[in-house]
Amino acid sequence: MAVQSVESSTTPVALGPAAALSCRECGERFGLGPIFACAVCFGPLEVAYELPAGDPEALRRRIEAGPQNIWRYAPLLPVPADVADKPGLNPGFTKLVKADNLARELGVTGGLYVKDDSGNPTHSFKDRVVAIAVEAARAFGFTTLSCSSTGNLAGAVGAAAARAGFKSCVFIPHDLEAGKVVMAAVYGGDLVGIEGTYDDVNRFCSELIGDPLGEGWGFVNVNLRPYYGEGSKTLAYEICEQLGWRLPDQIVVPIASGSQLTKIDKGLKELIALGLVEDRPYKIFGAQAEGCSPVSRAFKDGHEVVRPVKPDTIAKSLAIGNPADGPYVLDIARRTGGAVEDVTDEEIVDAIRLLARTEGIFAETAGGVTVGVTRKLVESGLLDPSLTTVVLNTGDGLKTLDAVAAGPTVTIRPSLDAFRAAGL
Amino acid sequence: MSVSVRIPTILRTYTGGLSEVSAEGAVLSEVIADLERNHAGIAARVLDETGRLRRFVNVYVNDDDVRFEQGLETPTPDGAGVSIIPAVAGG
Repeated sequence: MAVQSVESSTTPVALGPAAALSCRECGERFGLGPIFACAVCFGPLEVAYELPAGDPEALRRRIEAGPQNIWRYAPLLPVPADVADKPGLNPGFTKLVKADNLARELGVTGGLYVKDDSGNPTHSFKDRVVAIAVEAARAFGFTTLSCSSTGNLAGAVGAAAARAGFKSCVFIPHDLEAGKVVMAAVYGGDLVGIEGTYDDVNRFCSELIGDPLGEGWGFVNVNLRPYYGEGSKTLAYEICEQLGWRLPDQIVVPIASGSQLTKIDKGLKELIALGLVEDRPYKIFGAQAEGCSPVSRAFKDGHEVVRPVKPDTIAKSLAIGNPADGPYVLDIARRTGGAVEDVTDEEIVDAIRLLARTEGIFAETAGGVTVGVTRKLVESGLLDPSLTTVVLNTGDGLKTLDAVAAGPTVTIRPSLDAFRAAGL
Repeated sequence: MSVSVRIPTILRTYTGGLSEVSAEGAVLSEVIADLERNHAGIAARVLDETGRLRRFVNVYVNDDDVRFEQGLETPTPDGAGVSIIPAVAGG
């Protein structure tokens, strides 16, 4: 069989507890290296660990004594032990907001929380995944960081490259929101607009990676993808730690490629296996925009595979028509007793306003998707309002200003009479 | 019909390291069969045991994802470019 096996792998690298790469489809194992697809079946590779054994209390104390960012979980991530000393954006440990006002509006009585990842250095959860990819890029000797992006990732890569001392060249669909284009361009690396959708950009990058033009480039979400994806586990770790080392009963996660949802599930399972949280049932719900809802469609139709679609939604950060991790999302939603639901663009905008009005959190469109889907799930009875529920907001509303047409209630002369006449 | 097929890195062990090879066929399934004749073993990487495209393989004829076209029966006109790409995603 002409495949690269674990025995004939690349030079050993030190990435903490990461032991190998393992195929999610067929289980074939490979050495740690900048590879992302199984040479046997094309399945996605993910990091397999030798996680710390022993006293959970000691591990918990070690984590709690760590820095106020994702590196407090370094013993559970594919990063070197001294990662916190290296130049980086140090994302994470964002706020878990107890959303009592939103809970009242939605009729949730069991405790509703918003994990607000707009507080990351480039204002989206992408800083988490990129931080892990940067360490892999260092380990494999890459000098340029790259990615295909719906916007948030391009900014996260540009910023991380600037801080960590890499060159960067990132690729985006040409028609992204202005806020995201500026955020991607300002860090000084190259930004390339591609005439096409995200799926076209993704395909282009996959071809570039096998070409001499892409030699020496670490594409965080292509050839570094097995490492990159692991960054999303930190959302699960933080949520549980912030709940007092307790699993949430229900969690609502946006779906683009589906990677984040699968890694949150992986993170929760790891905490259970390590004895850091009590083993009790949890449900994971996926949220999509109706204009790009291939996973929701497959869930509702009872299918195990996802039929790709051409995206058409204002939630551009979720506009992946061919979500690679879709089948795994379906498995997880069904296994945990969750569901996958979608909302219209109108419902997304309404949910952005709802979250802003009730909790003072201005979410980007993806946050509107999760809040909107949460409302829909409560109304349909699929989400139990008497249980502890966590909703993810993965990005800042300032990036998608165009989605929400908001302005002054009234414009007046600077006089008390004029204000009185306005009748506010 | 002669087409040009772009080979992803993980399949280049079958093509002697070549990133692009020629193949014959009027539809995609014939192109894959022709690839197999010249580069034995490659078809089993792209197709599963039942002869369908593997779940994590994307194939494009020119710029079109064959899953939006006619799958393995998608026509491959003379001079077309076929790309075999592992599925990845993540905005």
